[in-house]
Amino acid sequence: MEQVFTLSFITGLLAAMMRMATPIIFGTLGEILSERAGVLNLGIEGIMLMGAMTGFLTTLATGSLWLGVAAAALIGALLALFMAFLAVYLGLSQHVSGLGITLLSTGLAMFIYRLSVGSPVNPPTVQPFTQTAIPYLSELPVVGPAFFTQYTLVYWAFLLIPALWILLYRTTWGLAIRTVGENPLAADTVGINVNLVRTLCLAAGGALMGIGGAFLTLAHQNMFLIDVVGGRGWISIAMVIFGNWDPLRGAAGALIFGFLDALQLRLQGLGFDIPFHLFLLIPYLMTVVALVSVSRRAAAPAGLLKPYRREEKG
Amino acid sequence: MRMIITKRAPLPGWVQALVPVAAILVTLILSAVPILIAGGDLWLSYTSLFRGALGTRYNFLETCVKAAPLTFTGLAVAFAFRAKFWNIGAEGQLLAGAIAATWVGINAPALPKAAVLVLVCAAGFLAGGLWATVPALMKTKYRVDDVVTTLLLNYVMWHIMGYLLFGPLQMPNSSWPRSPAIAELARFPVLLARSRFHLGIVLAVAAVLIVWFINSKTVFGYQSRAVGVNPRAAAFGGIDVNSVIIRTAVLSGGLAGMAGVGEVAAIHFHLLMDVSPGFGYSGIVIAMLGRLHPLGTALAAFFFSVIIVGAQSMSRLTGVPTYIAEVIQGMALIVMLIALLLTEYRIKAVKD
Repeated sequence: MEQVFTLSFITGLLAAMMRMATPIIFGTLGEILSERAGVLNLGIEGIMLMGAMTGFLTTLATGSLWLGVAAAALIGALLALFMAFLAVYLGLSQHVSGLGITLLSTGLAMFIYRLSVGSPVNPPTVQPFTQTAIPYLSELPVVGPAFFTQYTLVYWAFLLIPALWILLYRTTWGLAIRTVGENPLAADTVGINVNLVRTLCLAAGGALMGIGGAFLTLAHQNMFLIDVVGGRGWISIAMVIFGNWDPLRGAAGALIFGFLDALQLRLQGLGFDIPFHLFLLIPYLMTVVALVSVSRRAAAPAGLLKPYRREEKG
Repeated sequence: MRMIITKRAPLPGWVQALVPVAAILVTLILSAVPILIAGGDLWLSYTSLFRGALGTRYNFLETCVKAAPLTFTGLAVAFAFRAKFWNIGAEGQLLAGAIAATWVGINAPALPKAAVLVLVCAAGFLAGGLWATVPALMKTKYRVDDVVTTLLLNYVMWHIMGYLLFGPLQMPNSSWPRSPAIAELARFPVLLARSRFHLGIVLAVAAVLIVWFINSKTVFGYQSRAVGVNPRAAAFGGIDVNSVIIRTAVLSGGLAGMAGVGEVAAIHFHLLMDVSPGFGYSGIVIAMLGRLHPLGTALAAFFFSVIIVGAQSMSRLTGVPTYIAEVIQGMALIVMLIALLLTEYRIKAVKD
């Protein structure tokens, strides 16, 4: 039992928490941006898988990890643009369009991967990202190695949290985005192009989701497996609700999830005689419980799920 | 240039009925793109697809075998969606049903076979139904989004199954995550010689008729639809909306549970981690393609079964990865969505 309380255990746990939380932070921030503009993007799970696959194959082909990340962002944005076409311009049900994007992307990811690499006995791997230590900060005890010796994408994720918060709450663009999500008619009246704002937010959000997927195959692991995303997209959506559509609180939720995920892994590693599948379901169960507990104060953007059509004005 | 979407006059019934057929045709045409990219010969691909699924008696019956769980999950989703209970959790409910059926099947009491089969089905139906009431209660009591909870609970049930298969339900002296075989008494009888055409297929057809009956002939069916159209108006009209949602969830989850029962009792005879290759998720597309109508859902389930079974032969003969079946499913959902839009609205491009 005493091994739980060693400093190195805590350092390892915190470092793992950061890694586990990162893809979910990307997903959560991408989803917050979309939903703040009034579009629920249920395509996230599939978009993250396409990001994971595209990032991996691009790096495998070019040898460049950053090209992989860029390709993942691009494919994420493209899929989100398709989502925008269905949900924003055609005004189809956001629930069903999003699921359609997820199902199509999941199928495509598996199809393209199999087409590109066949079904070899040993799946191909890439040389993944290495961790970069931030000078001085990484030398701090316990937190140094945990927080400041990380993959570059982890730093990105954590820089994006305040960046999105500032964008949403401290800039005119953010005001426009929030108005579009809360009251598209009012936004239209003051000359904001509602559908354009929604489309841009979806695309940017999709790019973040794609990068979150690429983190899984280029840093977290070094290969593509069909279940590599494993529900992290859905967890991200839950974190958006948990965080009340606020980037800071949503990211906090992602960190809690990452902590629980890291804890179950570590305790398993220590050989605790608890079946690992029961550990695996803890973060999901906690998320469900958290959703119930925050549901009273949850306030979704009023324009969420509603297509905006000018003709229906008045 | 801008697009203007305007409501159109209702189309005649026969045009509406042809919408899914048109959607399927468009989907098959679009599927040519990934097939060609994969280097498959189009003619050979489609002929091998349909021959592989329908060409021989055995293959046709295999397509019926695959259609049974898809019919159940499709009905489950269709019935829930009609009441705007966004049940994306058919996968988890299917697993709950499979687990319950396995448990009863292993511990089958010494009763007449018919009684044991009723027990197995009842256990699977109840397990799926109860699992679906969890998100339904959260929706009605705490207003938690049902899409998110039903999705998350799929993973919870998947891990519960993992725990059981690596623990209490694991076959003794086995290192595989696999349960002991269910008793002979608990297995669905095969109804046609030299095939796997089993009792579950008949049950699926019966379920189609029962759901159709509930939908169109009972007060519950009417209430369920009224809640889906407008919960506030339904409540104003004296319908207990929460109770309707929960009863809808029980029926929906129960139907999904029956899909799991069939896979255990007629196909695998064991519980395994891959007892469902995503039947619950396919159910969503099937329900949409069937326009949330039970008969339409059954037809859509059969069509999907053709694609899934046929993709195997297509892959063998042309080298196109079998995942083409998943791609076609995703495309079918999106094409159907657009097709439905076009039946209700007219899209015009106008100059600003």
